[in-house]
Amino acid sequence: MSDIAATDPLPKPKRDLAPLLLPVLLALLMLPLVGSASSWVTLTVASLAMGMMIFIMASGLTLVFGLMDVLNFGHGAFIAVGAYVATLVLLPLASWAQADSLLANLAVLVPAALLSMGVTAALGLVVERVLVLPVYGQHLKQILMTTGGLIVAEQTLYALFGPQIIPLPVPAALRGSFIIGDIAIAKYRLLAMLIGFAIFVAIELVLNRTKIGLLIRAGVENREMVEALGYRIRRLFLGVFMTGSALAGLGGVMWGLYREQVHASIGDELTVLVFIVVIIGGLGSITGCFIGAILVAMVANYGGFLVPKLALVSNILLMVAVLMWRPRGLYAVTSR
Amino acid sequence: MSALLKLSGVQTYIGRYHILQGVDFDVPEGQTTMLLGRNGAGKTTTLRTIMGLWQARTGSISLAGEAIEELATPDIAQRGVGYVPESMAVFSDLTVKENLVLAARNGPLDEAQLAWIFGFFPALKKFWLSRAGSLSGGQKQMLSIARAIVEPRKLLLIDEPTKGLAPAIVMSLIECLKEIKRRGVTILLVEQNFHAARELGDQVLVMDNGTIVHRGEMAALAADVPLQERLLGLSLEAHQ
Repeated sequence: MSDIAATDPLPKPKRDLAPLLLPVLLALLMLPLVGSASSWVTLTVASLAMGMMIFIMASGLTLVFGLMDVLNFGHGAFIAVGAYVATLVLLPLASWAQADSLLANLAVLVPAALLSMGVTAALGLVVERVLVLPVYGQHLKQILMTTGGLIVAEQTLYALFGPQIIPLPVPAALRGSFIIGDIAIAKYRLLAMLIGFAIFVAIELVLNRTKIGLLIRAGVENREMVEALGYRIRRLFLGVFMTGSALAGLGGVMWGLYREQVHASIGDELTVLVFIVVIIGGLGSITGCFIGAILVAMVANYGGFLVPKLALVSNILLMVAVLMWRPRGLYAVTSR
Repeated sequence: MSALLKLSGVQTYIGRYHILQGVDFDVPEGQTTMLLGRNGAGKTTTLRTIMGLWQARTGSISLAGEAIEELATPDIAQRGVGYVPESMAVFSDLTVKENLVLAARNGPLDEAQLAWIFGFFPALKKFWLSRAGSLSGGQKQMLSIARAIVEPRKLLLIDEPTKGLAPAIVMSLIECLKEIKRRGVTILLVEQNFHAARELGDQVLVMDNGTIVHRGEMAALAADVPLQERLLGLSLEAHQ
């Protein structure tokens, strides 16, 4: 196999780099407008951290959307449930979470994140079997079922945890900033960036280096042909759905800690943002989702700093601009 | 010769449209059966129904004696049925290599089989690591057929493989299909190119309005100009 590949002259594949350069260009363009270098660094780091968290929440949705053409308007429920489950670990063990030792902090933070992912993956299994399976191929019913699911989840959280906002402080060792000259980089934001980037790399590796990844990529493009090759794409889809739900749960934990509070409508609020990212990125494209999330976060942060009133519509304006440039999103994977 | 594939009274609806209106035919094992007919006669629907991509509402389909009309598409594929759709349906975001790796469901790619495929389609070797989306139409068709034969199959369902291809590529495709046939693979081939049909076909089925209106030997149809005109509206000779 490798002989065949190695001995042949191969044409250089065309790489579409324009979308990758967008966040860089946007950041550079904002430098003179923001004025101060330290403010620009703070805003850029905040954008990257926020972008990574949105990416974590949106990555599963884009694969679900692209792979099975399922419109899951209930994706936000996984975000909210993930955040609430984390409070079940972090609040009773607050003495560990607020200890000055990074090790003690991680000893509660990691199990909290893993528990949230486990619970949301299990919830994803139930949602896929009960709500999504009966309405495959019927978009209107998918919207109704999954929106209904989101409302039920939200109301259940109200019933179980009460209507009040639950404080969720960042663990002590992750508070504060690293100071470099007059530039401050928040520790938690740095961690969010690292986790988001690690997840992006992991997803890319799975998609590009494993047979399951090949199946997912092929299924996003033409699921009928994948089935005609003898693969049961429904099972694959269930796996992707559960993974996407788990990632949304992780995103919920990170977002809750970022905001230092959790409330039942957290998922509701983020659903629109996550859908904008998926649409901007191109349905089914992980790279597009990654860039889309950074762009959305940049527009929100720079826009909020420069023209606060614009922040209300900045994401919609961004989506309109991207879709006018590329009507099927930054990286069109499917023909839908 | 025993029938590998047998359709009996197959009726298929797409939405409210009644496309297959009682299709009956046998595909003999080890032979190439041509499925001819004008556009809209139901040829593609027949292949898709056999493959389980559209469900037959009534009737039976059996493969090597086993009823498959209720099976899901992956189960039918796993019983040794390869499918080459009219649209080719290569995975354009994947490389040529990745397309074939995916098609080799039962394990790693077999070197000997691959060398055999490269013998017909050297372009696939040349563009081994290129994205399938960057290939020409003919190369995509080669990849689509290579994907169907990268592992041994009992039955190949091929939908208009020569459609829109340059004559030189059509010739190499015909040679490839002849070689596949020599290896004992049973083929059900939808084709509009009569030259290709005459070169490849042992048996012929002609469809019209969702039913089989003629069945017989390809050589007999190729020799009978009035029959061709009656069944197909034109003669094979006129179409050369």
